[in-house]
Amino acid sequence: MNQTNTLLRIEKLVLYFNTLQGPVQAVDGVDFSLDVNRAVVILGESGCGKSSLAKAILRLLPRNAGTYSGHIYLKGDDIMAHKDDEFRQNIRWASISMVPQAAMNALNPVMRVGDQVAEPAIVHLGVDKDAALSLTRKMFQHVGVPDDFISRYPFELSGGMRQRVAIAMALVTSPDLIILDEPTSALDVLTQANIFNVLKRLKKELGISFILITHDIATSSELADDVAVMYAGQIVEVCDAHRFFEGPLHPYSKKLLASVPRLHGDQQPEFITGRPPSLINLPKGCRFADRCPARFEKCVEDPPVIDTNGRKVKCWLYS
Amino acid sequence: MTSVSQAKDAEIMENPRKTLLSIDDMHVWFELRRFGFGHAGYVKAVDGVTFDVHYKETIAVVGESGCGKSSLMKTILGLYKPTKGTIVFEGKNLTDLDEKGMHWYHSHVVGYIQQDPYGALPPFMNIQRILEEPLIVGGVKDKEERIQRIHKSMEEVKLTPVGDFLQKYPHMLSGGQQQRVVIARAMIMEPRFLVADEPVSMLDASVRVEILKLLRGLQETHNLSVIYITHDLSTVSYFSERIFVMYAGNLVEKASVRQVIDTPLHPYTKALLTGTSEPDAKNAETFKELPPGEPPSLVTPPPGCRFHPRCAQAIKGLCDVKSPPDFEPAPGHLVACWLYQ
Repeated sequence: MNQTNTLLRIEKLVLYFNTLQGPVQAVDGVDFSLDVNRAVVILGESGCGKSSLAKAILRLLPRNAGTYSGHIYLKGDDIMAHKDDEFRQNIRWASISMVPQAAMNALNPVMRVGDQVAEPAIVHLGVDKDAALSLTRKMFQHVGVPDDFISRYPFELSGGMRQRVAIAMALVTSPDLIILDEPTSALDVLTQANIFNVLKRLKKELGISFILITHDIATSSELADDVAVMYAGQIVEVCDAHRFFEGPLHPYSKKLLASVPRLHGDQQPEFITGRPPSLINLPKGCRFADRCPARFEKCVEDPPVIDTNGRKVKCWLYS
Repeated sequence: MTSVSQAKDAEIMENPRKTLLSIDDMHVWFELRRFGFGHAGYVKAVDGVTFDVHYKETIAVVGESGCGKSSLMKTILGLYKPTKGTIVFEGKNLTDLDEKGMHWYHSHVVGYIQQDPYGALPPFMNIQRILEEPLIVGGVKDKEERIQRIHKSMEEVKLTPVGDFLQKYPHMLSGGQQQRVVIARAMIMEPRFLVADEPVSMLDASVRVEILKLLRGLQETHNLSVIYITHDLSTVSYFSERIFVMYAGNLVEKASVRQVIDTPLHPYTKALLTGTSEPDAKNAETFKELPPGEPPSLVTPPPGCRFHPRCAQAIKGLCDVKSPPDFEPAPGHLVACWLYQ
């Protein structure tokens, strides 16, 4: 892989939370990399640690965070080595910003949306308020929010418009990377499709990279260049979107894709029996083994990450 | 009890296409008040909806938030009184029922499956209490019988072994298990039909299919009719026979699942189908063509066809003036659009 083209490389990222029952291993040794102007989708079910992964990248740690280690290289620079102050000033929102989950309810209800979008520009770019507001207008144009919405309050906007405002807020500092945490899960079909049109256009016109975190496999294909499947705190498969949607390798990915109901065709969706393991008491060996139809003797040991034709899969079947 | 329901089942077998529930020209309007007493218009949540539900049939009402589907559902459940129009269940008009009649309707006729299982279950009651409540309200006096029926319905929704779950509280269960409790509660009085309001939208993809299959199984074994309310067209085809597409208080297209998905007629239905994604890497390379704007306000809906301001095929002088009636361009395929007159 060309070093200059890599935007983000994550190595052995670990984030545990301390609880009374023991450490919750939410992110447990995650490796992946993302090139400039690409979008990677982190697919996984609730409780697999995908939102914690986003928090770990942005160092948005709750009080009970325990072990937090590994390397995150942004354009070759290990941002894990930065001090908290430096990180807040130079990385978070300046280089990597985020559209949080349920972003439509994440806006401040007593602040005009224009001021909210301008705020990160004032803080991170050091511009004055007028310049920040004109920047906000430009961002509103990019995401398709009418100009006069700038002096409205969040309650005067529909869910789709609020979501666009949240995207504008992530965009205003012209970051290299935007992390989207379930950006459309609370929205209607048409609004959802519209938001994805906006994201596609931002990627094409502004060359922004995205990490899209979602459990919705069907809509994730709207933006994905690469797909990383997460299960019980680990990434079990990384693959380009074309080959992934044609036929994933890991048994969990296969099951996940088979569970998607289709509009056309007679293929019946299947469900995955059993439940994901608790992140406190993780099984030894492969974490999916209990639910896996292709399990064999080897699965009691932790599988290595195997590289087959540029696809990475953490499964003994491919060794 | 059993002999009555067996006789009913036999009757249903003989007349599979008999009407169970019939809704005629239903309007549900909510009055808006200014400063507490001045009249400021109506929110026309449901504005002239007509359809029949047959025995053993599953229908899906598909629409976006704010289209009035929840008001429609709540009126069918008997929680709102229709402003105009009738709901007739087996010859009985709901609006004519007295308090006792409504009690019978709520406890013996209709079951309700809520959208958010965690919000729908009281957090301070254990599963046994939650399931016992409808039996007590429904007049099952014998404690033994109540326990028996709780066991039976928990086995039906596959919350087994039953003993492990009875004493648990909702927060101790996973989302899928909570939704099973909600389904068991809706089923425990052996209702005649179920209203399911987005029963799987809060669940993970892999659990979603499991719950839909469970509902389908219950529907078949109990000869139930189901009204399935959703915004997700992709789950509809596995679950229902007919689809009603709702837009701004009106049903714009009524047809079988295959007709709607394979040959949609109304421009709004077409847009909904375009907006629904299927997992395919090619999606990332193209932009979707979608109608501009957002659904209209239900207080002052546009004149004529309510979709005309967003419709690319709108006919000037017709679509923006006259509201379209139902046309039937193909047998059984009703569409309220002037393009098909």
